[in-house]
Amino acid sequence: MTIKGKAYIAGIYEHPTRHAPDKSTAQLHAEVAKGAIEDAGLTKDDIDGYFCAGDAPGGLWPMVDYLGLNTKKLRHIDSTETGGCSYLIHLGHAAEAIAAGKCSVALVTLAGKPRTGPMPPRASGAEADFELAYGATTHNAYGMCAMRHMHDYGTTSEQLAWIKVAASHHAQYNPHAMLKEVVTVEDVLNSPMISDPLHRMDCCVVTDGGGAMIVTTPEIAKSLKKPLVRLIGHGEAAKGPRGGKDLDLTYSAGVWSGPRAFEEAGVTPKDIKYASIYDSFTITVLMQLEDLGFCKKGEGGKFVADGNLISGVGKLPFNTDGGGLCSNHPVNRGGMTKILEAVRQLRGEAHPKVQVKNCDLAIAHGTGGLLGVRHAASTCILERA
Amino acid sequence: MSEAKKYNAPVTNPESAPFWEAAKAGEFMIKRCTTCGEAHYFPRAICPFCFSDKTVWEESSGEATVYTYSLMRKSPTGPYAIAYVTLKEGPSLQTNIVDCDLETVKIGQKVKVVWKPTDGAPLPFFTPA
Repeated sequence: MTIKGKAYIAGIYEHPTRHAPDKSTAQLHAEVAKGAIEDAGLTKDDIDGYFCAGDAPGGLWPMVDYLGLNTKKLRHIDSTETGGCSYLIHLGHAAEAIAAGKCSVALVTLAGKPRTGPMPPRASGAEADFELAYGATTHNAYGMCAMRHMHDYGTTSEQLAWIKVAASHHAQYNPHAMLKEVVTVEDVLNSPMISDPLHRMDCCVVTDGGGAMIVTTPEIAKSLKKPLVRLIGHGEAAKGPRGGKDLDLTYSAGVWSGPRAFEEAGVTPKDIKYASIYDSFTITVLMQLEDLGFCKKGEGGKFVADGNLISGVGKLPFNTDGGGLCSNHPVNRGGMTKILEAVRQLRGEAHPKVQVKNCDLAIAHGTGGLLGVRHAASTCILERA
Repeated sequence: MSEAKKYNAPVTNPESAPFWEAAKAGEFMIKRCTTCGEAHYFPRAICPFCFSDKTVWEESSGEATVYTYSLMRKSPTGPYAIAYVTLKEGPSLQTNIVDCDLETVKIGQKVKVVWKPTDGAPLPFFTPA
């Protein structure tokens, strides 16, 4: 059985806020849910599947109750939690549920306010006593990946900087982007070093906000008014140090999730017209592009340089909303916004300055957790129907 | 050199207790599987490679090389160098490189285990050999 073409993304919504001190987290979930349901042209009572992750206050049952979902109708619930890529996995799981007849209109929500207040600490596993004291954060865990990638493959800070430069070229056209200023390679290199070799401008923004989507059956999607966008391939995977054997921080679990998604979709990286690639840090993008097969392992630096990721300039337009590096990284979880911009591109609803011509095939890919420690990855291949 | 940083005592559990008991005696223990022969860290009761329950404690030389590192410069408690080091016995593990000029840490550098006190068992760190 395959999920290929069995599920369509019929509604999307990205909260315009980047700072929401005057709203509650649950309220933001409700606002994005409302936005996505209205975008689809459906009503709350149509929802019979609900997906949320660790950002939902209290978890799944309190959210179902708070949102007032129709519990007589709600028949599929899923609170898969894999950090920032949770929503990419939710999309795949929603397609599985729809293909199996377990629901027909699934709502997925993400929202939170890390810019307004501190985030709850990460849950730790059996490794806690053996690792917590060493102070792994996002910055230094991804820094360790970058450091080893530079050592093994000669990747440079200038090459990483090109990723931020490309994102900033796109963000200038997004009125909601947190950082709209176009930056240069020099600007990135001159920004303060945070955790070697990552500078401040190698890091994503921290934003309040959120996003939501509606995933539905082909029949329902076709009865609605939005351009048709369907999921044709999905992959998920996880990676960690696994007892410390053959440690290699230069690749992510994308080496497994990517091929699974491409195989199911029956397409290859060179067919992709637009790429949403998780960009918590510049190194995240570079490693994932290699892992997904857009270039060979170790050649990511060359691939991203000289504007190759800039829409209208390079070969692989990426993150045309400005991505997490410049626009939005709600709740420190970028998976949802990756899907939303891919859908906008496939609908032809991206900003005209960054809209990819004849965009009929897109990838949305992300990781969750810490790339340098333990993480999950998920790849979604989306097609304009 | 920075002032002595305060570290939380390990919570410990029945599976990890022998590690922390040995740590109090200055012994850095790893686990080895007697079925597949592989060593691993952090220690588990069941081998993460072949899933055999025939794992035994083994004292590591505490000698390692730096696989990768990152010097965290923006920290409320001051700069610190997180790293993965690869033990002579094979497994790589997460740690901090301590008691040295952090600007001189580099990939491939030889390091050795050093213990830092807590209110309970001490914690293993690594320092240039």
